[in-house]
Amino acid sequence: MHRVYLDHAATTPVHPAVAEAMARCLAETYGNPSSIHGFGREAKKAVEAAREQVAALIGARPQEIVFTSGGTEADNLAVLGAARARRDRGNHVITSAVEHHAVLDACEHLAGREGFRVTVLPVDGAGRVDPDELRRALTPETVLVSVMLANNEVGTVQPIRELAAIAKAAGALFHTDAVQGAGQIPVDVDALGVDLLSLSAHKFYGPKGAGALYVRKGVRLQPLVHGGGQERRLRPGTPNVPGIAGLGVAAELARREMAERAAHVARLRERLLAGLLERVPDLAVNGHPEERLPGLLNVSVLGVEGESILLNLDLKGIAASSGSACAAGSTEPSHVLKAMGLAPAALHGALRFSLGRGNTDADVDRLLEVLPPIVERLRAMARGCGEPAGRA
Amino acid sequence: MGERVVVAMSGGVDSSVAAALLVEQGYEVIGVTMQIWPELAPEEEARRGGCCSLGAVEDARRGADLLGIPYYVLNLREVFAAEVVDYFVAEYAAGRTPNPCIACNRRVKFEPLLRKALELGAARLATGHYARLEYDPARGRHLLRRGVDRRKDQSYVLYCLRQDQLRRLLFPLGGYTKEEVRRMAAARGLPVAGKPESQEICFVEDDDHGRFVAERAPGAARPGPILDAAGRRLGTHRGLAFDTIGQRRGLGLAADRPLYVVEIDAARNALIVAPEEETRRAGMLVRDLNFIPFDRLEGEMAADVQIRYKAEPRPARIRPVGEDEVEVRFDAPQRSIAPGQAAVFYRGDLVIGGGVIDNVFDG
Repeated sequence: MHRVYLDHAATTPVHPAVAEAMARCLAETYGNPSSIHGFGREAKKAVEAAREQVAALIGARPQEIVFTSGGTEADNLAVLGAARARRDRGNHVITSAVEHHAVLDACEHLAGREGFRVTVLPVDGAGRVDPDELRRALTPETVLVSVMLANNEVGTVQPIRELAAIAKAAGALFHTDAVQGAGQIPVDVDALGVDLLSLSAHKFYGPKGAGALYVRKGVRLQPLVHGGGQERRLRPGTPNVPGIAGLGVAAELARREMAERAAHVARLRERLLAGLLERVPDLAVNGHPEERLPGLLNVSVLGVEGESILLNLDLKGIAASSGSACAAGSTEPSHVLKAMGLAPAALHGALRFSLGRGNTDADVDRLLEVLPPIVERLRAMARGCGEPAGRA
Repeated sequence: MGERVVVAMSGGVDSSVAAALLVEQGYEVIGVTMQIWPELAPEEEARRGGCCSLGAVEDARRGADLLGIPYYVLNLREVFAAEVVDYFVAEYAAGRTPNPCIACNRRVKFEPLLRKALELGAARLATGHYARLEYDPARGRHLLRRGVDRRKDQSYVLYCLRQDQLRRLLFPLGGYTKEEVRRMAAARGLPVAGKPESQEICFVEDDDHGRFVAERAPGAARPGPILDAAGRRLGTHRGLAFDTIGQRRGLGLAADRPLYVVEIDAARNALIVAPEEETRRAGMLVRDLNFIPFDRLEGEMAADVQIRYKAEPRPARIRPVGEDEVEVRFDAPQRSIAPGQAAVFYRGDLVIGGGVIDNVFDG
């Protein structure tokens, strides 16, 4: 079976050069970076090299990079760490309705357990936050604003530069969850004007379990865990050296190959979209037409459950997604699409295809061959005619 | 590969063996588990062991992996909450005794789940129920019979299946005893062979349905009078959510002989109790009918009628009295007939049909 992976927004395959660097690190660089001996120094060197590579990806200084176990931890450290550290200045936090649950749940925790007031900014039909909404929501009590760089479900890119400037003028810190954007689109922390930025290695061909939080020099955070001086006391514990080394190489490759990769997935996405529009009637495209990630396509197949399409695709060896998967692997209607105000039919029929560097024209052709008959069959069943075929 | 079949897996021994048998029979098998309950905090998840809990999902997934079949979790939370949980609470609050398993089969398992199975390109949906399906070519009807293991038979909760559903179903365990199923599980190394039986109601913790209902329908937790047949007040009950027809214990009555709940009067928030010799009733009206070997009952017929999941069937005469209503008159008066429960009609091991008990009558 020709298996096709179109779910790079969920995670990406590890780049061979990354895997090679990690394997070498696992085999040879086993010292503890905190040790004073040669083995430790080698490990320390590997970690610091990675820090430089990650910093270079986002235009930061190496000492502003804190390694974490991934995007979720980076988001939690940013939101909880900044809010708690600034508790004496105010108790108001602002976020948006389309954030990843790592940010939304951390904010909910602040509101439910720690006495913070949380404002959740609405988005427009394309998933964008209106800067005027942020202006109106800011108060002298606002200590933190957290709005994601690019949305993981629809790919919409937020006007971060503008939002960050507004927050800064009001004296609030600005965090952006760039887990879905970093490594895919150019990111420069100074140009964006953000104070905190989260990223995750496995979204750009690095390993799972490795991520980073950018913390602008001078910004104070309260750590989430305690137990040592590593990562400027913000993230104590022996660092995940092979993971960090993999993150570093992945960041380096992403920086060097960014334009080329973006052009590749953008071309495939256009082909995919054109093919779908031609072959699948009653299809709606979700997200912003221009301000979006290059390789992500979210569509609604009206009148069909996205879940049923996905499972049928999976039985044919094609991997896509209908939004965020819950812990048990079943699908829930997407909070992002709900916030964008999609009608129920569009909400239930949503599908996300996310392309990557390994995808080919043949992959797109395979999807375009397999998907239309599935949709036709499901629509026929929904209309109540069309006996279910014994073989799909 | 043979016909594609979706098997509903709960993580328990029965559905795992059902899946294994289908794989061995050459079907192209896909395992699914219904996700029916909202996501829980980890500590609550650990306490709960319901048939479709997260733990069950993990067990079912392990079983599917062992069999080498694709496995999916299907989200049916909304429909389950509306059709099973809300119904369950509303029935208790109205002084009736619901059967949530039947509601789940009727409104969830054999409706949206069956539909999702067909959407997956399956010809049939299989479950681990102990019941037998049969096709009668002469009459062109799909028939339902009790499972071979009479103690495990689950045909009672399946009486509501229509022809268009029956022809899409498979019950691979109907011809086996529980003991045989356990042995088959052990022989195949299925990891669930020694698991305890599912609890009484999958979504109610500790089988404390009273507390569950009271939390969701506070009106059903209002104390009220306990009366005898003549209307004399004998005591006070805690709330209708905590009581069922036929109950004797827990009423807090000091009488010289045991008293049983014979009626729940939701309008007066009252329990009516009576001594043992006054608890029997001649018959009942049953509505919301479904018949299996035929579409409707045309005249009177004799049948064995079962009024609870674990009750013995009793001989009776059933006859149509309205558009969707039959009168059931037992050959000998029966105890503990609870409105809201299903009455299922049998001829030997053949399921004739059934409905919901609406009213009980005397004489």
